[in-house]
Amino acid sequence: MSSPQSTSSRAKSESPLERLERRGRYKVLVAKLGIDGHDRGAKVVARALKDAGFEVVYTGIRQTPEQVVAAAIQEDVDVIGVSILSGAHMHHMKKLMEKLKEAGADDIPVVLGGTIPIPDVEPLLKMGVRKVFLPGTSLKEIVETVEKLAEEKRKREQELGLA
Amino acid sequence: MVRLYSPEAVEEIRSAAAKWEKEVVPQWLKRLPERFEEFTTLSGIPVKRLYTPADLENFDYMEKLGFPGMYPFTRGIHATMYRARIWTMRMFSGYGGPEETNQRLKFLIKHGETGLSLAFDYPTLIGIDPDDPMAEGEVGIVGVSVPTLKDMEIIFDGINMGEVTTNMTINPPAPVLLSFYVAVAEKQGVPYEKIGGTTQNDPLKEFIAQKSYVFPPEPAVKIAMDLIEWSVKHIPKWNPISISGYHIREAGADAVQEVAFTIADGIEYVRQLIARGLDVDEFAPRLSFFWDSHINFFEEIAKFRAARRMWAKIMKEWFGAKKPRSWWMRFHTQTAGVSLTAQQPWLNIVRTAYEALAAVLGGTQSLHTNSFDEPFRVPSEFAAKIALRTQQILAYETGVADTIDPCGGSYYVEWLTDEIEERAWKYIDRIERMGGMLEAVKKGYPQREITETSYKFQRDVEERRKFIVGVNIFVDEEVEEIRKVPLLEFDQEEIEERQKKRVKWVREHRDQERWKRSLDELRRAAERGENIMPYVLKAAKAYATLGEIMNTLKEVYGVYVEPPIY
Repeated sequence: MSSPQSTSSRAKSESPLERLERRGRYKVLVAKLGIDGHDRGAKVVARALKDAGFEVVYTGIRQTPEQVVAAAIQEDVDVIGVSILSGAHMHHMKKLMEKLKEAGADDIPVVLGGTIPIPDVEPLLKMGVRKVFLPGTSLKEIVETVEKLAEEKRKREQELGLA
Repeated sequence: MVRLYSPEAVEEIRSAAAKWEKEVVPQWLKRLPERFEEFTTLSGIPVKRLYTPADLENFDYMEKLGFPGMYPFTRGIHATMYRARIWTMRMFSGYGGPEETNQRLKFLIKHGETGLSLAFDYPTLIGIDPDDPMAEGEVGIVGVSVPTLKDMEIIFDGINMGEVTTNMTINPPAPVLLSFYVAVAEKQGVPYEKIGGTTQNDPLKEFIAQKSYVFPPEPAVKIAMDLIEWSVKHIPKWNPISISGYHIREAGADAVQEVAFTIADGIEYVRQLIARGLDVDEFAPRLSFFWDSHINFFEEIAKFRAARRMWAKIMKEWFGAKKPRSWWMRFHTQTAGVSLTAQQPWLNIVRTAYEALAAVLGGTQSLHTNSFDEPFRVPSEFAAKIALRTQQILAYETGVADTIDPCGGSYYVEWLTDEIEERAWKYIDRIERMGGMLEAVKKGYPQREITETSYKFQRDVEERRKFIVGVNIFVDEEVEEIRKVPLLEFDQEEIEERQKKRVKWVREHRDQERWKRSLDELRRAAERGENIMPYVLKAAKAYATLGEIMNTLKEVYGVYVEPPIY
């Protein structure tokens, strides 16, 4: 998938400080769903998003779908980033997407990273996951994707007169 | 003192080297500039253009190296090393239910594996039964599900436990899994003194890195020490602990931090055991270690050598151990999981081979080689067999096992060994000043250090200061190749149902009276602060499930919740 155009074209007219400020309006939840303890990736991504200017909430490990949904709503986040390295992503993501819908929070875009085999990517996207980051994805790509999804969400809210 | 180079020789070489740097090198640099301004190891240690005896000034051969099998064991813990016996080829394996894992173990034994190593699934790792709501969707994926004694019986069906040794990568529930193991061995008629293997049972690194903790730090350490104390008295061939740097490294630490934090964990355990009134020589020979073998080749070799020398010093000089065996750092090594890439996955075979070579040149006692498909899933038979054969090529074709510590005496490797040791001591000093590793862990010190290092590494990759082939250099645009990897296929839902059914069946068919009594006795023993091992063993034999035993202990000891720092 190509990187979003909006950020790169704007980058020319925007100072680094302005960019940090703009991103600072967006809030991201980084969540470890399931019971695996591999938190290296989640922490690195959380840190990269924070350094890029976003407000970041990290859940810590061993979160249930219910807990992630509750945290996303309570913190009023713009994007949910999930990290799973246990291989149980199909099961947990299906449940997370269902719970988000039940809670009426399926307007929050969800992205996923971890040890995800390629054949699982399509079914995950069909579930409504907006983007799957495979092993080796750059932080830059993650930051840009999260930014684009957050922007889109805010834009939709504005159009609906919610913002 | 046996100085390797006389002061005169060092002086002469130093001035010749200076002349070379001044007169010869610049001409070459003009024509061919070097690839980087500064070269560094993965740990950020600057690497010079060339090492000479001038870098080993005052190098005392006997003090720094000595001989294999002799203090300080830099060159190896055995006098004959691999000339007598090749390292144990111990492949970390297990998936699905006990039936699948029994088949996998037999497959590996058939192809020449010389030791077993069980990988457990996440529910087992954190001590919950397959029908626990938290276990949903996780049963049997990253390892084998073992909630009851019955499951362990199936895993070892047709495998003589008196003839193999088994590593079990298990931590908070280690007393339970060890009890299952001992109980099955007993059923097979294997006497206690012949039961051999390892329980990882290293609680501190759970908080630092692996994060399959259950109990808070203090009771977690107490339970682990219970296991060690019981084990050295009852199953003398068992390694009751594998003090693990592997997970620390995989979580993002560099080689120096891996050595320092792991040895600091070891120091804490030795103190805890001595405080219980145990004699250091009674348990020290049974302590074992577990290292990562990463991709920065010479740094890894130097790391193994430095760690061995440091531990020998600590055991002899700090703790006054008398038996040479107490000074040994015996260790298992696994090639670096984090160095594997999903991109161009076949290349992982090559990475693993280099890492395995470093482990062998570093003098490991046993070795696991990763399979190339592990960025995606637990390995297929095909991939696991290649990984095992990689070790067999090293052992039987390359000749690297024919002489001991062949890197010994390399100016670079000796310099780097000293450098890693010196840097690791600085960390250990800092941890000592905090009151030891238990206190440092409670303060979050190693956790924060690792988070910093892993973030820095990722930045280095992004900004192309460090290269990963297929990821930030020599990248393939198309991912078709990844689709061609024949992944292990199994019906996880069927396995989860089967495991749920079995645990239910076990609960219904056991002697209820005996079961209930065993858990009551366990609870009371835990409340009294007694060693829980005999009671866990009794409960395991009464077919109490993993979850039931762990829940009983949780009621007494509580559970740990980590502050989510990043």
